Formats: sequence, C-alpha cells, structure tokens
Amino acid sequence: MAKKQEPGKHFDPHKNYRDTQKAIGYVSRAETTRKDYERIGFKSGLEVHQQLKTKQKLFCRCPAGLFHADNDYHAEIIRHMRPTLSEMGEYDGTALMEFKTRKEIVYRINNKTTCTYEIDDTPPFPINREALEIALEISLLCKFNIVGEVHITRKQYLDGSIPTGFQRTAILGVEGGIQLKNKKIGLIQLSIEEDACREISDIGHRRIYKTDRLGMPLIETVTHPHCLTPDELREAADYIRFLNRSTGKVRTGIGAARQDTNVSCEGGTRVEIKGVSHNKWLPELSHNECFRQWALLHIREILLKRNPLPDKWTMRHIEIDPFATNLEHPVALKFFEMGYRIVALALPLFHGILSHFTQPGKCFTNELSDRLKVIACIERPNITSNEDLEMPLSENDTTKLASLLKASPDDTIALIWGPADDIPTALETIEERCRMAFEGVPRETRRPLPDGTTLFERVLPGADRMYPDTDSAPIPLEEAYIEKLRDRLPTDIWVRYQQLAQLQIPEDTHAFLLRRNLVPIIEEIVALGFPSRFVGTLLGHTLKRIEGILPRHINFSYNRIVELFRFIKENNLHHALSKVMLPVIYQHPNMDFNSVLTSINFKRKTEEELLAPVDYLIEKFKEIKIAKKDKPENVVNWVMGQLQRQALGNIDPAVLFSKIKSKVM
Amino acid sequence: MEDIFQGYKGKALDVLKKFNVRVWGKVVIETTRGEFQGTVLPRAENDDDTHIVLKIATGYNIGIDIFTIKSMKEVGYYKATYKIPEKEFPYTPNLPKVKLLGTGGTIASRLDYRTGAVIPAFSPGELYGAVPELANICNLTTEKLFAVFSENMGPEQYKALAIAIGKEIENGVDGIIIGHGTDTLSHTAAALTFMVQNSPIPIVLVGSQRSSDRPSSDAALNLMHAAYTAGHSDIAEVMVCMFGPTSDEYGFLHRGTRVRKMHSSYRSTFRTISDTPLATVNLKDGVRPIKDVYNHRRKDRNVKILPYFEEKVSIVYYYPNMKPDIIDSLVDNGYRGIIIAGTGLGHVNKPLYPAIERATKRGVHMFMTVQTLWGYAHMYVYDTGRDLMAKGIIPAENMLPETAYIKLGWVLGQTDDPKEVKRLMLTPINDEITPREPYNGYLIYQGGVPEVEEFIRKFRK
Repeated sequence: MAKKQEPGKHFDPHKNYRDTQKAIGYVSRAETTRKDYERIGFKSGLEVHQQLKTKQKLFCRCPAGLFHADNDYHAEIIRHMRPTLSEMGEYDGTALMEFKTRKEIVYRINNKTTCTYEIDDTPPFPINREALEIALEISLLCKFNIVGEVHITRKQYLDGSIPTGFQRTAILGVEGGIQLKNKKIGLIQLSIEEDACREISDIGHRRIYKTDRLGMPLIETVTHPHCLTPDELREAADYIRFLNRSTGKVRTGIGAARQDTNVSCEGGTRVEIKGVSHNKWLPELSHNECFRQWALLHIREILLKRNPLPDKWTMRHIEIDPFATNLEHPVALKFFEMGYRIVALALPLFHGILSHFTQPGKCFTNELSDRLKVIACIERPNITSNEDLEMPLSENDTTKLASLLKASPDDTIALIWGPADDIPTALETIEERCRMAFEGVPRETRRPLPDGTTLFERVLPGADRMYPDTDSAPIPLEEAYIEKLRDRLPTDIWVRYQQLAQLQIPEDTHAFLLRRNLVPIIEEIVALGFPSRFVGTLLGHTLKRIEGILPRHINFSYNRIVELFRFIKENNLHHALSKVMLPVIYQHPNMDFNSVLTSINFKRKTEEELLAPVDYLIEKFKEIKIAKKDKPENVVNWVMGQLQRQALGNIDPAVLFSKIKSKVM
Repeated sequence: MEDIFQGYKGKALDVLKKFNVRVWGKVVIETTRGEFQGTVLPRAENDDDTHIVLKIATGYNIGIDIFTIKSMKEVGYYKATYKIPEKEFPYTPNLPKVKLLGTGGTIASRLDYRTGAVIPAFSPGELYGAVPELANICNLTTEKLFAVFSENMGPEQYKALAIAIGKEIENGVDGIIIGHGTDTLSHTAAALTFMVQNSPIPIVLVGSQRSSDRPSSDAALNLMHAAYTAGHSDIAEVMVCMFGPTSDEYGFLHRGTRVRKMHSSYRSTFRTISDTPLATVNLKDGVRPIKDVYNHRRKDRNVKILPYFEEKVSIVYYYPNMKPDIIDSLVDNGYRGIIIAGTGLGHVNKPLYPAIERATKRGVHMFMTVQTLWGYAHMYVYDTGRDLMAKGIIPAENMLPETAYIKLGWVLGQTDDPKEVKRLMLTPINDEITPREPYNGYLIYQGGVPEVEEFIRKFRK
C-alpha cells in the first residue's frame, strides 16, 4: 500500500484489492493443491439436514409436504421475538443482535398446512412415531450410540423462522462414523427436529414467512470437523445424503436436503455457511470461506502493526447535509432526497483495509455493508468510501469530508445513509465490526451465494441456547425396539461402493445410482441372470439421461424396471431391448409390456430371418458406395447398422455382428 | 443436608449410588449401546426410575437406560446455579408510581428447566433486567403476596389482595398491577371488583399464556400494556389486561366481571362476554376506550375495601339426567349458596324439583345462570322456568356463572337474609349484570364463510 499525504489521494482501490489478494496467497479453487489447504489449515465439517417422508408433521397432525404459493394464505400473525436469558443468566450474542434489528415478523398462514400448534397457540402433541422410527433407522446406519431416552429440547432461534422462538429438537444418537474412500469421518450426533418456516421476504424492518414447511420432521447429522479439503467435504456430504436415501424413507426434491458447513482456517474461527442446497456447491464455498478467514487474519496483522492497543480504537462521525457540503456522490444524493440521513465516518488506521481482498469480487467493505443490511436493516447500497470498488467517493468529496472529520492520512473516509431511526444502530454496527477486525475472524453464520461467495447472516449462536422442553415427556427407547429396527437396516453405503466395483459397474454411474437408491434394483435384476455391467450402465446412464429429458409418469417406480427384466426373461428376449423399452415405461408405466413392444415396432424374428437379407445388403452397399476401395469393416458396419434395429431384442448384437462379419470376410 | 440425588428414586438411585455418582457430576458411562459423556442432571419427580438424564457437550439432554449401563465414572463436578441478573430499576421523575403485586403464575416466574421448579422473576430489578422498556413507562415497585399457581387462588388470597390494594391506594400509588396465572384470572378479577369498590386508580390484572422463558412469550408485552394502563389510563376500575389478537399488536382491557378465558392455549384467550371490552391498549396509541362510560381516575383516596367471603358456595353445571342427589349432597354438606348453570334460558329437569324445594326450605340461596354464557336467564318463557322460580331459584340475569359464584360467596360473607342476598346479587356493582346486551356483544364468527375469511385475511385474529 502506497503511503500518501491525504486520505483518498492517488489511491487505487482495485490495485489494492489485487495486491492484497496476492499478499495472502489466494489461489483459485481449480489451481489449489492439497498443499495450499495444508498451508492455510483448511478444516471443515457438516450439518446435514434431511426431511423425512411422513404423512404428518412432527409435533402436530398437519399434513407434511404440502406447500403453497407466497400469496395463498388465509391469515397473518405478527410476532416480535425478545431475547430470553440463558440458563446461565446471560443473553446470547445472536439474541441481542436480533433484538437490535427490531424486526416485525409476519407469518402467512394457510389453514390447509397450519394449525394453532405451528403458530405457538397450542402446546405440542406427542412426537410423530413414524418420524422417530425413520430417524432411529438412520441413526443406526450411522453407527451412533443410541440414547436410552429421548428428551425433547428447545433450541432458540430469534430470527423468527419459528414462531415459538425455538425449535423442538432431540438427540437420538451420539458418536457415530462413516467410511469414505480413504478415511473415516466421525459423527458427533444425530437429532430429530422440526423444520422452520420458509422466508418470503426480508426488507427493512419487516420479515415475512410462510408456515407450510414449518414443523415438518427433519433429521440433522453433525460431523466432526474431519474434512481437510473441499473434496473430502463434498464426499462426506454425498455419503450422508446417499445413506439417508438408502432407507427409501426420506424426502427428495428441492429443499428436502440442505447442509450447513462449518469452516475454519489455521488461527481462524468456526464459521457456519447455512442452507447449502446442492452438495456440488460445497467445495467452492468452503474454499472461499477459508481464504476469507485467511484474509481477515492478514487484516488483523496490518491493523495491529498500526495500533497494538485496539481497545482504545474509536471512529469519528458527523452527520452532513450533502447540499451544504456540495457532495458529489450521486447515490448518497439520491438517498438524501428520499429523506435518508447521511453520515460521514473517519475510520482511523483503516487506510487500505476497506478495499482489502476478502472473497473473489469482494472486499472488507462487504463485511460492513452486510452487517448494515442485517443488523441496522438498511438495504444495500448502504455504504461507500474512498476505497469503494464500485462507486467510490470522488477525490473532491474525500477531501471535503476528510477536513470536516479532521482525518489523518491513515484514515479511511466512509459515507453511510439510512432512515434516521436506524442510524444509531448503523454506527454501532460499523464501530463494532471494525473493532473485531483487530481480533480476526468474528463468529458468524453466513449465507451461500451461487457464485461461491457468502454473505453475513447473523452472529453465530453460543452453546447456551438449549433448554429442556417442559411441554413434552421423555420417550424411552427399549432395547427390543432398537434390535427390531437394527434387523431391517439397508446395506451400508461404503459396502454399496464395494459391491458396485465388484459388479464391474462403471464408476461414473455410482453417484447417480446411490442418490436414487438404485442398487437394490440392480441386485434384483442381476439375480434374474442379467449381466451386472449392462444393468448398471442402463440405470446409471440411460435412465439418468431419460430422467433429464422426459416427463416422469406419477405411477412410475423403479420396481417397474425389475418387472421389465422379468418380462424379457420370461419371453426369451435379449436384454439390449430394455434400452428402447425404458423410455416408454418411464412415461407409461401402466402400459402392459406387449403393448410396449408394439409401440416400439418390435417384431419377433429368428436368427435365420434376420440374416436372410445379408447377401442382398452387401450387394446394395457396393451399389450405393462410390468409393471403390472400401474396407471390409465398413461393409460389416453398414450392414450391421441396417439390421441392428430389427435385431434388437431378438439376438445378441455381438452374435449378429460376428455372423455378418463371417459372411463379408 | 443437600440432596445429591435430586429427583432420582428406586432403581436409578441404586445405580447412581452403586457407581458413586452425584447429580451435577460429570460422568463417562459405558453402556451396551456405546459410550456416553455428560453431566448428570436432576430428574423430574414424576418420570420413571429406569433412566438417568445427562446434559451432553452440545447442550442437549439425553436419557440413559440404566439396564444398559456397564460402568459409570464421575470425572468432574459442576453445579449450575441459576440466577436472573438484576439491574436496579431506574427512577424517572414525572413518571407514575405503579405497584406490582405478585401472586405467582407465569408472568412473574421462570421455570428452572432442570428441576421443574418455579423461580420467580419478580423484584423490580429482575423485571427490569427482563423487560427494560418498563422503565420508560412507570416507576415500578413490587411486593410478593403469595407464590401460588392460578388454580390455588381462593377466598383467603382474594381477601388478602383486597386489603393489600387498599393499603397501596392509601399510600398514594397511581396504579396497581396484579400478576396472576391465567386459569382463574377472571375469578380473581370478579372478586376484586366486589371487594375493592370506588377505587380512585386503575387495578390491572395481567398474566401470560406463554411463559416468559420463550422468545415469543406474551408476558413482556402484557406487562408493558398493564404498566401503561396502571400508570396512565383514566379508567379507575378492576380490569384484566391481555392480548387482543394472537398477534403482538395490542391488548384488551376487560371489565373484571364480564371477562372469561375462552381457549385453553391461545394468547388471545380472554374475551368480554355479552358486551365489548372497555378499551384497547398499546404503547403507540395508549389506552383507547371502546366503552364511553367507565369510572374515571380521581385524586382522592376514598376506596371501600369489603373483604368478605363465604366458602360454602358451589356451582352446579347442569346436564341431562342429573339426579337430585347432587343438590341433596350439597345441602347435606352445609352449603349455603348454589349457582346453577342451566341449559338454554336457565333450565333444569323435573326430577330435580324435590331437591330444589328441599334446599329452599333449608335456607340455601340458589341463583340461575346460563351455560350458553352469552345471553340472559329468561325464566318466564317456559313453564319450567316459572316452576323453578316458584321453587325458590332466582334468575341472575346475564351474570356469568363464575362471576355469580364469586359474587354469591362475597354476598353470603356479609348477610344471610334472603331479601338482602337477592338485592345485593341483582344490584350490579360493575356490569356483572347489564341492563341491555348490545348487538356486538355476541360475535363468534364461523370460519369458512367467505366474508369472515376475507376479514381474517385483512385483520389479524
């Protein structure tokens, strides 16, 4: 960073962004090696949420899995959440932050999906036993130590996502584990819990939720932070997802499975990225988060060098009238005309920090801006400075404001705006976040974005937000009951991987087969005497392609494919025909198989009948081909091509091929 | 000596003793289901004796089946002590003086989750710690009179409350709040209406439907509304202050004699029956009267305290096929007053007639109210009604059954003269009988009707 005499003079924030990106040794994910992750001490773990497939919700008798549009509601309820004291007599940090935001929470209720329980006007009904049983099965699959008695606990959430202000949740097992390809990942615990509301909007001081999803049964599997690269993280997430699905008793589709990931770098802090809906996003998100923390530690180092006693650090601020000061910044002027207050800030020692790289395309300014949005409820854009990457203060503005604020060269000049009521919180928020920069990485939960970066969501809650639910009795889990469940567990996923390898099923199909829980289907078909590699490829490639392009009939189930093979066997057809029949039964599962054959124009022919036109075709080929020196293989291939379609199902294509070959060559 | 096995009994207690483990001990337990670590918590007294409760590192609680335990070792000890932080309630000149009288119940308590015991958050400091907004409303002082659950409030407490209120009024407070459990809140409100007459200041009863330990509790808002009403409102009556809609929007002020709890768990459970509430209250708009006639706040201190109650009074909820021995047994047990909640306009069946005649002869005072809650007892409409009146039952107009019960107890605490009892019962003190029922006094709209649904969508329930 270049030294200069006056804040903002000859300072290029873009260059500073690039320089600091380089200084911390940021590497894009594609170029990162294991060594890079070791260098910055990448460490991460998962909290995998999975909805269970039950008819009803967890603590009331409302239907589960029924959803409605944002505007399809019958009533609205308003709540304000107040922080309550923890058991130790302290307020939780998150709680205080949420209280500062003074949000009005609106719930949109549809009578079909919501009763008085969800909105906290009725105590809970006894827990849904169907859900409890599925969750216990999955706990056993994860090798957890199963508790003797289930205690329902209240876990506080003040963001309003649950109208009670807490989630009812209970531990079913502790200390389990899963076996990945090259390592074992320890699991901390599995809990059963009620799902939260879906957010409709969050603008200013009003956050709107709908309650359809609220109360649906969900499990959360928590791993130890044993994943040391983003790829391991992805592998663990896939494994847990496949394991959950192997029971056939969990929900699939958008939002049915979501994961949070905890990431830290060496010297950093556990930061939680919440609600990642696709496992394939995990590597990029965790990669960027780890480097964000690495960048924040670099910022800390710079700041401590400038001031080793950060306790005394304060910022200066002054409210300004942009017209009186002849401010040029167009965005600030626009907001002033809307009635917003404009406040100029001098951030001592922060020269070069606000444009310091944090994430690809983002800098420390985003750390401030995100908090202004979440805590002070001021919509973006809500801040600018002489270091802003997009719309910086002009040198004129900077000079004027610097003199008003009596700023020194090491200061950064920033400008914020917002409704008068929100300005005190905004100032507090900025000062607080700047102070934290001297400490390093704040404990936060962050929201994932599709580009692989994250936004501040809230302060990470402490451990003191758990209370026993005084409205529910403990539920004993008898030994005999657990044993009964243990007897009917599906096969372990790592065993499944081994089986797939043994069956010589191509590796690129494995993820799809496990995601759809298709291995039991393959086993059944192979047991009928069909070659495993063919069946695996049919399901792992052909079916996958079909699912991508064709509409699925509501009655189609994978068992229909087993029936298809049974039909092929009984009728002595060749299994290659299944490739053509599969798209038909996928769209018309109720059609009988003979009609399927008719619909694909299948005609039964003997080998003799099929081979009869071969001589004629060889002559024909010579007629239509202009090239004189055609190789015999080309003749064979062309004839094969002519006969293939009618031969399909009647004869093994390989046999047909060799017969044609013997006639040509 | 301190109980080191809090709540454990029978087999579970034996196991703790066998392995030398205490409540609050940090333990490692080897079981047939694997290893568990955590802190042993007290067990609720009513739970079984075959499980031990642990708080594990992540803050959750779990139970361990004692039959699966192979070994257990105490490796540490940490006793959590639970305390509500206190902050001194700041004094602000020019704000009204409000006294909060505590009786127990959820507004003034927090649950100790581990033991199930009630820890009252009650001193002004504790309340200020939990609801700091109170300091902007009034200068609050508190006094704990009893610590009982709502259902255990009775004549002794009514009388003690009335006397305490009298003293506070004499001492010059500007308003009184009474913290109370919600189950019998309206009974107490009725009792205080009769026992504290001509009050120069507001007397506000308040509770909460969701305990104050949850973020969505109605306790804080109810308390703020009550404090505002007590300190600033012009309505010098005994009132119940609870949620209007179930949303966090405004409270209702109900007259103590016409209010009733109408839902077992809703926040907006309290409704004024056969009339409209007195007013609404919220911090933005203050108290907005709905009724235009009420007793106004005064400077004088001329309150009448009438702390009387005869306990031998009962309430009989009539059902078809009721046998006369129900009435007989009350009479034989020395009851002096009976409130009947009759069907329809105020009826019971013929087989009861002899028992009623017998009761009248024995000097038992009987009044008829209606199970329908809304509307008047009209005993001239049918012969049955006339028969009953001839046998000594007096229709109590549109007095609510519970209010009538409280009033009869209060009246019989003062006189046994039938004429005087009748006169006192039928002379309303504060609208327990109203001369007329306004058309908007009975509004129970039925869900599903398009106009109602449209209304509900626009205005919160």
